[in-house]
Amino acid sequence: MNNMKKKLLGLPYYIWCAVFILIPLGMVFYYGLTDKSGAFTLENIASITAPEHLKALALALLLSVIATLICLLLAYPLAMILCDMQVNQHSFIVFIFILPMWMNFLLRTLAWQTLLEKTGVINSILQFLHLPSLTIINTPYAIVLGMVYNFLPFMVLPIYNALSKIDDNVIQAARDLGANGIQVFLKIKLPLSTPGIISGITMVFVPALTTFVISKLLGGSKVLLIGNVIEEEFTQASNWHLGSGLSIVLMIFILVNMVLSAVFDKDGEGSFL
Amino acid sequence: MIKNAAKKIYIALIFIFLYAPIVTLVVLSFNASKTRAKWGGFTLKWYVALFQNEDILAALSNTLLIALIASVVATIIGTAACLAIMSLKKKGRAIILGITNIPMLNAEIVTGISLMLLFISMGLKFGFGTILLSHITFCIPYVILSVMPRMQQLNPSTYEAALDLGAGPVYGFFKVVFPDILPGVLSGFLMSFTMSIDDFIITHFTKGAGVDTLSTKIYTEVKKGIKPEMYALSTLIFLTVLVLLLLINRNPASRENITGSSTSAKI
Repeated sequence: MNNMKKKLLGLPYYIWCAVFILIPLGMVFYYGLTDKSGAFTLENIASITAPEHLKALALALLLSVIATLICLLLAYPLAMILCDMQVNQHSFIVFIFILPMWMNFLLRTLAWQTLLEKTGVINSILQFLHLPSLTIINTPYAIVLGMVYNFLPFMVLPIYNALSKIDDNVIQAARDLGANGIQVFLKIKLPLSTPGIISGITMVFVPALTTFVISKLLGGSKVLLIGNVIEEEFTQASNWHLGSGLSIVLMIFILVNMVLSAVFDKDGEGSFL
Repeated sequence: MIKNAAKKIYIALIFIFLYAPIVTLVVLSFNASKTRAKWGGFTLKWYVALFQNEDILAALSNTLLIALIASVVATIIGTAACLAIMSLKKKGRAIILGITNIPMLNAEIVTGISLMLLFISMGLKFGFGTILLSHITFCIPYVILSVMPRMQQLNPSTYEAALDLGAGPVYGFFKVVFPDILPGVLSGFLMSFTMSIDDFIITHFTKGAGVDTLSTKIYTEVKKGIKPEMYALSTLIFLTVLVLLLLINRNPASRENITGSSTSAKI
């Protein structure tokens, strides 16, 4: 009886899941697989092979892979240093990385315009130092920078968590048995922090691949990513069928990413917070 | 020694990278010149103008109201769901937690358009209500993933003991279970509130004409140029949160309670 009541407590959430998660997802598939008259078609999905869509997808894949790699290369040493510092306040590190989120995401990204402009802050400093000026605003480079900036915390935190969980005794034991610094890193730290790396990659790659805001704010209007194409189909062209079809293609990439991360992170050890 | 210095420099560089845009926005809020490109001297006039700009104030109140209602509702539904999920068998639990992961792992743009298609087919009027429903949807997973680990650490015997000693199920829950899961509930609530305030993409697809949150308002202003009042407002919000969080973190007991608990939350 008591158990029955407990199960009832979940009812609001189960209904919520069905109405606001599963049905909407089903509708994306319905729209993506039908044409305006409601007949079944694969045309919307096939339209990804149209040159302009293919170009947008390829560019989005390229930029998001680069951004993910840069995030990983920046985040791993940072996480290691933070771990070594023995800042006992786990909360403090989370705090430092979550805090920027309280400055609006769009404004934070727009601020890079001010920093990167031809006469912007960074170029003024470079000029003062008699260094060549940087003209990356409105290019794909600026988009990668925006991606790295916005998603870096999502790479640092899971890796930091995985590293901080490693038992010190394991490292001590390896040292006692004669392992040098590089061996400790390759044989112990790296394998044990893999779940964190995988989770970080997922958390950076998916939003980077699907963004339309960063490319719009930092790429000028010249650079179109797949996210921009889908957004325009919904807000300007109002071709929801085409937009849904392209979203299904996008979800295939997300799904592949999720399956890969599930294979590497069986116990769900890589965690964000 | 050199190694230590190198480490400190590396951390410093990353922090400059993370906080440079924020400093820029704070500086811009004191800039007398209306364009971003030029420094026109120090002024506080945007802070004064902010409180006379009804558009921005309306967007602010929408943003705060949606974040507050969404995170309260999400916290209640999510915590109740955790209680129920705990009593499910392994398979059922895996299915529900799998569905819970969908909004977190799926692209926000897909979540946004899927909800937009749903609201259109339901014939709902786009506006405050549709934004609120969407925000509750993406907030609940944060609550569940913060509360679940706490729930799993609970010793079920204490609750049963309370029942044996004559407590009713509701009284027993609030006296025995709730204090133990409270840190998880609070961090779920704070996470939801933060995510709701910062959300743009999902709001962009589920808002109607005439209703704006701060994010969507900024987005429409991008082409015309951001009003400097917006920088002033962001600076005020940022400083408020900074001060609040510092106060919470100074008090060791509550630190453990609020931010500390988020360490066990999996996102």
